[in-house]
Amino acid sequence: MKIKAQIIDELGIQRTITRLAHEIIEKNKGVDNLVLLGMRTRGEFLANRLQKKIQEIDGKEIPTGVLDVTLYRDDFRTRIKQPEVSVSNITFDINDKDVVLVDDVLYTGRTARAALDAIMDYGRPKTVQLCVLVDRGHRELPIKADYVGKNIPTSINEEVKVKMKEIDEVDGVFLVDSST
Amino acid sequence: MPLSSKHLLGLYDTPVEDIRLILDTAKTFREVLERPIKKVPTLQGQTVLNLFFEASTRTKLSFELAEKRLSADVVNFSKSGSSVQKGETFKDTVNNIISMKVDIIVVRHESAGVPQFLTRFTNAKIINAGDGRHEHPTQALLDIYSIEEKIGSVKGKKICIVGDIAHSRVALSNIFALKKLGAEVSVCGPLTMMPVNIEELGVKIYSDINKAIAENDVLNVLRIQLEREAGSSIPDLREYREYFGINAERIEKNNKDILILHPGPINRGVELSSDVADGPYQIILNQVTNGVAVRMAILYLLGTQN
Amino acid sequence: MKVLLQNLQIFDPQGIQNEKKDLLLEDGIIVKISDSIPIDSGVEKFDFEGAICSPGFFDMHVHLREPGREDEETVLSGATAAAAGGITEIACMPNTTPTIDNAGMVDFIKQKAKGHLVNVHVIAAATKDRKGEYISPMYELKESGAVGFSDDGVSIKNAFILRKAMEYSKMLELPIIEHCEDESLAGGAMNESEVSTKLGLPPVPSVAEDLIVMRDILMAEYLDASVHIAHISTKNAVEMVRQAKSRGVKVTAEVTPHHFTLTQDSLYSYDTNFKMNPPLRSKEDVAAILEGLKDGTIDVIASDHAPHSPEEKDYEFIYAPNGIIGLETIVGLTLSDLYNKKILSLEKVIEKLVVNPRKILNLPLPKIAEGEKANLSIFNPDLVWTVDANKLKSKSRNTPFDKRIITGKALAAINNGKMFFEDEFISLSA
Repeated sequence: MKIKAQIIDELGIQRTITRLAHEIIEKNKGVDNLVLLGMRTRGEFLANRLQKKIQEIDGKEIPTGVLDVTLYRDDFRTRIKQPEVSVSNITFDINDKDVVLVDDVLYTGRTARAALDAIMDYGRPKTVQLCVLVDRGHRELPIKADYVGKNIPTSINEEVKVKMKEIDEVDGVFLVDSST
Repeated sequence: MPLSSKHLLGLYDTPVEDIRLILDTAKTFREVLERPIKKVPTLQGQTVLNLFFEASTRTKLSFELAEKRLSADVVNFSKSGSSVQKGETFKDTVNNIISMKVDIIVVRHESAGVPQFLTRFTNAKIINAGDGRHEHPTQALLDIYSIEEKIGSVKGKKICIVGDIAHSRVALSNIFALKKLGAEVSVCGPLTMMPVNIEELGVKIYSDINKAIAENDVLNVLRIQLEREAGSSIPDLREYREYFGINAERIEKNNKDILILHPGPINRGVELSSDVADGPYQIILNQVTNGVAVRMAILYLLGTQN
Repeated sequence: MKVLLQNLQIFDPQGIQNEKKDLLLEDGIIVKISDSIPIDSGVEKFDFEGAICSPGFFDMHVHLREPGREDEETVLSGATAAAAGGITEIACMPNTTPTIDNAGMVDFIKQKAKGHLVNVHVIAAATKDRKGEYISPMYELKESGAVGFSDDGVSIKNAFILRKAMEYSKMLELPIIEHCEDESLAGGAMNESEVSTKLGLPPVPSVAEDLIVMRDILMAEYLDASVHIAHISTKNAVEMVRQAKSRGVKVTAEVTPHHFTLTQDSLYSYDTNFKMNPPLRSKEDVAAILEGLKDGTIDVIASDHAPHSPEEKDYEFIYAPNGIIGLETIVGLTLSDLYNKKILSLEKVIEKLVVNPRKILNLPLPKIAEGEKANLSIFNPDLVWTVDANKLKSKSRNTPFDKRIITGKALAAINNGKMFFEDEFISLSA
C-alpha cells in the first residue's frame, strides 16, 4: 500500500475530536443519558479520546465500552481471510440510553449495520447515533453518520487509513492507493 | 489467523497455536453468554449435524446450545450401539445421513478413530465429541479455559488428573493439550486404572491421593464409571472412596488452595464427597458454562473458515 | 503336451542347487533337465531368464471361508489366489461355519479342491466346534486326510483339554497347531503399548500370547509331544521357543509377513486393514522376529490369509474383524524384506517356504529331478512391482499392502499338470 497524501495531521485530529465532542454534547443537550461505544479497533481509541474530551468540557465521565462486531458480519462466506474476533466490553446497561457508536472510517455502511445488530442484543437504547472520524463515501446501505470529522471523497482504488498512537506510531489520516 | 485444520479430531495433532486461538476466541463467546440476548447471527445458513452414536446428555446439550447461539441450523441423530448389530456398515449409516448435506458434523462414538474415519468420505468439517477412550478435545479445552479463567495461564502449573485414566478420553485430551501449553501434568489413581506406558506421555503417576492434593495446583477429577470395565479395576466403590476419594478433610489437611474440576456427572460420595462438590474449591458449574463458550469458539473458527 | 522352461536358476534342497538349467515337462512330469534343451516343434517354451525355480511353496496357514462365507473366499478362489501368489500347496484352517471337525467336512473341502493346481490340505479342529470342551475325532479326521489339528482363532481353551489333544494327536503323529492367546486377556483391538494409549484403542497385551506359548511349550515338553506355534509375534515368545528348542522340546513356530514387515505404528491411520490378531507389535518385537528367522527359531513363513468382505472392514475400528489376506503377497514380501535385505539367504527362504511346512505336517517334499511330477514355484527376486488390491485373485481386498512397492515376485506355479502364469491357468496335459 502506497501512501498518496496525508489528509489530517496530529493536531488536526485533536481539533476534530474537540469539535466532535462539542457537537455530541450540543445535540444531546448534555451528557447525562449518554454512553459511548467504540468499535474495534481504532473506534475504541477514538471513543476513549472523546470520553476524555467530553469530561474536560462537561466535567462528567460518561460510560464508554468496546464493541466487536465480527460475529455480525455478512461476509464470512466471501472473505478469503478469516476475520479475527475479539471480546466486546460493555459493563453498563444500554437500555434507554443515547448510544453514540464511534468508528474511524465510514465506508460501505456494513460494519455500522453489524454494529446496530450487535447493540440490539445488549438491550434497547433510546437512540443510536453514529460518530466517525472520516466519511469516505461509497455507501452500500442506507446509513448516515450523525457526526463526521471530515468528509473525504475517494475513488474505489483508494483507501483511507487512520493511524492512532495507541496502536500505530503516529496520529494522522492518510489516503493510500489500494489498487496495487 | 485461522485454525490450521478444518477438523477438530483430537488435541494430540492440534498445534499449540490452534489451542491458544480456540481458548482466546472462547473469551469472546463467554462475553456473548453474558448478554441479554445470547445469540449471534454468525453461522446463519450453516447446518450442523450432531451425530451421537453413544448416549450423551451434557455434551450434546452443550453443543446444541452452542450451535443455536451461533444461529446454525441444527439436526440431531442419536443411536446407541454398533451398526454391526443392525447389519448395516457404519459407512452406509453415515453416508445416508451425510447425503443430506451438512456443513459441520459433531460426532461421538464408542469406537476410537470414528471422527478420523468420517473425514475420509465427507467434505463436512468434523468435530470430535468423544471417540471411545481416545479423545474428547472440547472437554479438555473447556477444562483448560476454566482453569485459566480462575488462576491464569496453565504454563508451569501442576495439574493432576484423578481416576480411571486408562478408560478416559477426557484424561488423554487433557494430557495432550496441557503438555503442549507447558503445564506439569500428573495422574493419580490405582495402578489398575493407568494405561501402559503412560509415563511416555510425560506425566507423573501418584498412587497417594493426599500427596496428589498436596503437590498440585489443580485436580481434574474423573467420574468413576463402573459401566466401563472399571468394575474389574477396583475392588468396590467403598474402597475407591476411602483411598482415592476427595473430601474436604483431605483438602483442608493437604492443600487449601487446590482447584477442583470435574467433567460431570459426579458420583457423589465416590470420587468427590458432597462437601467438595458443593464447596469453595470447585469450579464445576463454571466448566459447564465455559463449555458452551468453548464449543461456540470451535464452531465459529471452523464454520467461518474458507 | 510338452512345455520347455528355459534359463531357470534351479534351487532344490534335495538336488540341484544354484545351477542354470532348462526344464522340459511332458504332461506335468519333468522329463529332462539340461543346460540347454533344443526347441522341438510342438513344444511351448517359456523363457524365465533371471528367475529362480524351487519345489512348490507351501503356505500352511490359510483361512478359506467355505463353507459359511463364500462371498469372502471359496476353496477354489483361495486356491487360485495361492497359485497367483506362486504357491502350490496350502493348508486351510478349520474355523469355517460349520467347523471342520468331522470327516465329512474334510471330504467336502477335498472335493472342492479336486483337480486344482493347488493341493489343499486340511487342518481340522482340535476340539469339537473349536469350543475347547471335547477333543475332536482325530483318528477319523486323520483317515479322511487331515494333516494337523488347531482351534485357530483361539487357543485350546484349558490346559486339561490341551493335554488330551496333545496326547491323542501324538499317537497319530500329527501336530497340534496353536493360536496362542490367553482368552481372559484377549479382545483388544491392537497391541498394548504407548501407541494404543495414544490412540485410545482397547489393547491386548503381548503377555496374552506369551502365557499360552509358555503353557504350550511346557505341556509339549511334559508330554514329549509336538506343538506348532502359529503366527508368533512377540519378542518373549520367540525367546521361549528358542530356549525350548535348545532343551529339545518338539516345538516349531511360524511367522506371517505382516509381523516382520509392519509395526503398531501403522495403526495411527485407524485403517481396519491393519487390524489383525495377533496385532501388529512393536519395533522390538519385529527385531526379535527377524533374529528368530535368522537363527532358525522360527521355522516357517505362513500368510494367515484371512479374507473379510469390505462390509466387515468398513465397520468401526473396534468392531471390525481381525485379519488380512496374504496369499498373493507372502512370496513378494519374503523376498523383499528378508531375502533382499539380507536377513535370509535363498536357502533359508526355501527352508521356510518349502521344506519346513511339509516337515511339520509330515508331507512329502517334491524333488526337481527327471521323472518327478513337476511341483514348482518360479520367482524373480529382483523384479519390482506394486501391489494392486483390486487385481488380486482372492475374493477379498483386505490387504494393508495395497500400493506397496515390493522387490521380488512370484512368476509362476506349476503342479498337478497345470501352470499358473501371467494371470491364467495353462494346462500341461495332453
